[in-house]
Amino acid sequence: MGRKLLLDKAHIENIRLYDVYRREGGYRSVEKALKSMSPDQVTEEVKKSGLRGRGGAGFPTGMKWSFLAKPEGVPRYLVVNADESEPGTFKDRYLMEFIPHLLIEGMITSSYALGSSRSYIYIRGEYAWIVDILEQAIAEAKNNGWLGKNILGSGFDCEIYVHPGAGAYICGEETALLESLEGKRGNPRIKPPFPAVKGLWDCPTVVNNVETIAAVVPIVNEGGEEYAKIGIGKSTGTKLISSCGNIKKPGVYEIDMTISVEEFIYSDEYCGGIPKGKRLKACIPGGSSVPILPANLLLKTAKGETRMMTYESLADGGFATGSMMGSGGFIVLDETQCVVRHTYTLARFYRHESCGQCSPCREGTGWMEKILLNIENGKGKMTDVDLLWDIQRKIEGNTICPLGDAAAWPVAAAIRHFRDEFEWHILNPEECLRRNYGLANYGSVPAKV
Amino acid sequence: MAEAPKLFKVTIDNITIEVPPGTSILNAARMIGGDVTPPAMCYYSKLQGSGGKCRTCLVEVAAGSTADPRPMPKLVASCRTNVMDGMVVKNITSERVTDARNGVVEFLLINHPLDCPICDQAGECHLQDLGYDHGKESTRYEFSRRTFDREDIGPYIQLHMTRCILCYRCTYVADQLTDNRVHGILDRGDHAEISTYISKAIENDFSGNMIDVCPVGALTDRTFRFKNRVWFTKPVDAHRDCPTCCGKVTLWNRGDEVLRVTVRKDPWGEVQSYDGKPGWICNTCRFDKKKLSDWVIEGPTKIARHSVMGANHYINAKRPLETISEVMGGRHPRVLMDIHKVSDVNQPEVMLSELPGPATGDTFNGQKLEYSTNITDGKIGSPSNEEGTDSTNPNTP
Ligand SMILES: Cc1cc2nc3c(=O)[nH]c(=O)nc-3n(C[C@H](O)[C@H](O)[C@H](O)COP(=O)(O)O)c2cc1C
Ligand code: SF4
Ligand code: SF4
Ligand code: FES
Repeated sequence: MGRKLLLDKAHIENIRLYDVYRREGGYRSVEKALKSMSPDQVTEEVKKSGLRGRGGAGFPTGMKWSFLAKPEGVPRYLVVNADESEPGTFKDRYLMEFIPHLLIEGMITSSYALGSSRSYIYIRGEYAWIVDILEQAIAEAKNNGWLGKNILGSGFDCEIYVHPGAGAYICGEETALLESLEGKRGNPRIKPPFPAVKGLWDCPTVVNNVETIAAVVPIVNEGGEEYAKIGIGKSTGTKLISSCGNIKKPGVYEIDMTISVEEFIYSDEYCGGIPKGKRLKACIPGGSSVPILPANLLLKTAKGETRMMTYESLADGGFATGSMMGSGGFIVLDETQCVVRHTYTLARFYRHESCGQCSPCREGTGWMEKILLNIENGKGKMTDVDLLWDIQRKIEGNTICPLGDAAAWPVAAAIRHFRDEFEWHILNPEECLRRNYGLANYGSVPAKV
Repeated sequence: MAEAPKLFKVTIDNITIEVPPGTSILNAARMIGGDVTPPAMCYYSKLQGSGGKCRTCLVEVAAGSTADPRPMPKLVASCRTNVMDGMVVKNITSERVTDARNGVVEFLLINHPLDCPICDQAGECHLQDLGYDHGKESTRYEFSRRTFDREDIGPYIQLHMTRCILCYRCTYVADQLTDNRVHGILDRGDHAEISTYISKAIENDFSGNMIDVCPVGALTDRTFRFKNRVWFTKPVDAHRDCPTCCGKVTLWNRGDEVLRVTVRKDPWGEVQSYDGKPGWICNTCRFDKKKLSDWVIEGPTKIARHSVMGANHYINAKRPLETISEVMGGRHPRVLMDIHKVSDVNQPEVMLSELPGPATGDTFNGQKLEYSTNITDGKIGSPSNEEGTDSTNPNTP
């Protein structure tokens, strides 16, 4: 059994309520920080912990915090990114739904470290019922003196507000999120300036993922060095993985980053293997934006090493033979799944979610979707595959925000690893169509193992 | 902290220039001028916050600064990236840039109707210019293009969303020049569209400037639409005492008739500034003052040579050698006429591609073949049937 730091208490009955949470040792980190540590010491512990952002990019959190500009007389803000709209990712939802006080506690401690007296949770609009859960948790925390003025007599004031989004994936991008929070259209800003210098209402701001902020609680409680002992190399601590697709036990798992991908998929403690005795074909290990990996490259790196569930190991081999930890949305495809259809589904998503500011993303996502639909429907041409490759290449890196890259990478990886499948679609148009109407079993296509 | 008046040295395509701190790469390149300047479709120096969107101005930063000479990994939008001391920038000398820019132009064109001949903006369209410089001869896009119905937004402006490249310039005009913002962007992605809150709500003293900032034919002047082709009109600078705006305009005339009034433009296609203030004009000057007697004429407008109507993009264009039936794939159309027989303007003996500037009536009348300014002072507003002019020809003053 790996160690659990975030979800270890999530199953205790009524842990959602303040009294139970407190009885189980909740809010100790706030006490410890506010009574015995300076804000900088808290930041220092987070640095020592080696905690990396859990929202997707994996940027070291302590470093992000230390970049926060601190000009005199200007407020600073902590904004928690609970927009979680990446297909395949649903870990923050689980955390907020079952143990909301962990997030509130982490926010108070982090706000203290950052000097934010008004902190926000920007939550995905579709999580409407979680808004109520969080508001209740905030009210309870406030009634018990953990929020408001002069918390624990420390002189530190803090309020937390929940702001629901309106259903746009792009508002998870941190600067689009800030625009949306300010009441504007959620278009990503052009960086620099970065939020650490000019964020919410032009004030220095830290944007962190829900899980990142929740992890601050065990870090402060146990000390950064203790936290850093868990995991391998620069992948310290525990990570929530939301796994879905063709596995026996989909769900949210907390792993300490020491297990292999194979163990994660096949052990009964986690996904429990692939149902109906099917074979593993491919997997997207970190949310829909990261490159898909065929089974052979998923379980072993190109160098022949066992691939581990860590930031470094998942990225081993770069995009040529590796992928990314991303947000921890683990999507498993068995041998009956069609990569072309799958890629089309993702392309449709990104086309729908592009904010439309920059031309490569706005036009390129729509174009890729149309070509993929053609191929999927057996109307593709051989040249379409190269055209797709060229389009994604011209989007990647040329846009304002990483959504352009996120739209390009899945297409690139699918072509890189499953080109034969695209070609099969093009060469067997009737078969494609029949399959689309549910008349044929797709199992005849060779699986990748 | 006293601001030392130190200048930053920046090298763009091997040309070094010194610029004040805070200058963007694009503006530094504009100071150098010529081919070194990246094209800009969304940036508009007079509209705060504009730029960064279209990605046509991408450049490669080969060295960040003297202090940190590492190259920047990604191409950057030159309009929104400021120079650092010792920065080395590659624009046309970078293959990566050319490749990416060609890609951007292709993206801008895939959903754009390629019907310049029937678009009112043709001849002064920045996308047309961009297409000439970076576009391919044919398209790889085989799907139907995004279309919208034309929409009149207010009595003066027509929006044809089909042509819009979503540069956001007009929304910045709405934000920054007009007082009740009713104009913005709905929806997102390639289904986004410009819209007004209530269809016909654009009524504001300065709303007409949207037409001038629009790089394409998406926002056009309803009082001018299809009155004439822009290259047949004579632009002259003129002014009047206006209580609302600077009153400095360009009149686009045909004979004695003022067909259109616009702001005066600088070489980058932006509104000209006077004493550091952009010379936006009010709707009264733009839409109501359509008589020559309303204006004091200053003289001919110099058209920036970058536009299709100003420069001659057709130079070196290859003439097809095939005969008609080959071009038509062996088909023999029933109605086929020689355009040269039905139009004065298209005369095979006049090599349009070799003219140094826009064709004028004189070109076709065979009177004066060398290029000269279209208009001479003093004749404006006076009966124009003196020697050398011909009031029946649209191309003479
Ligand atoms: C299109 C897009 C969507 C994103 N969505 C989310 C999201 O839903 N939740 C999240 O935490 N981060 C999301 N991110 C990442 C954020 O921009 C940002 O990096 C993150 O919130 C930083 O937090 P962290 O350092 O704690 O990971 C998204 C990024 C992009 C480009
Ligand atoms: S990359 Fe896409 S989502 Fe991001 S700013 Fe550009 S158009 Fe918007
Ligand atoms: S209407 Fe014109 S100015 Fe407005 S966004 Fe579209 S192209 Fe730009
Ligand atoms: S002009 Fe720079 S991105 Fe459009």
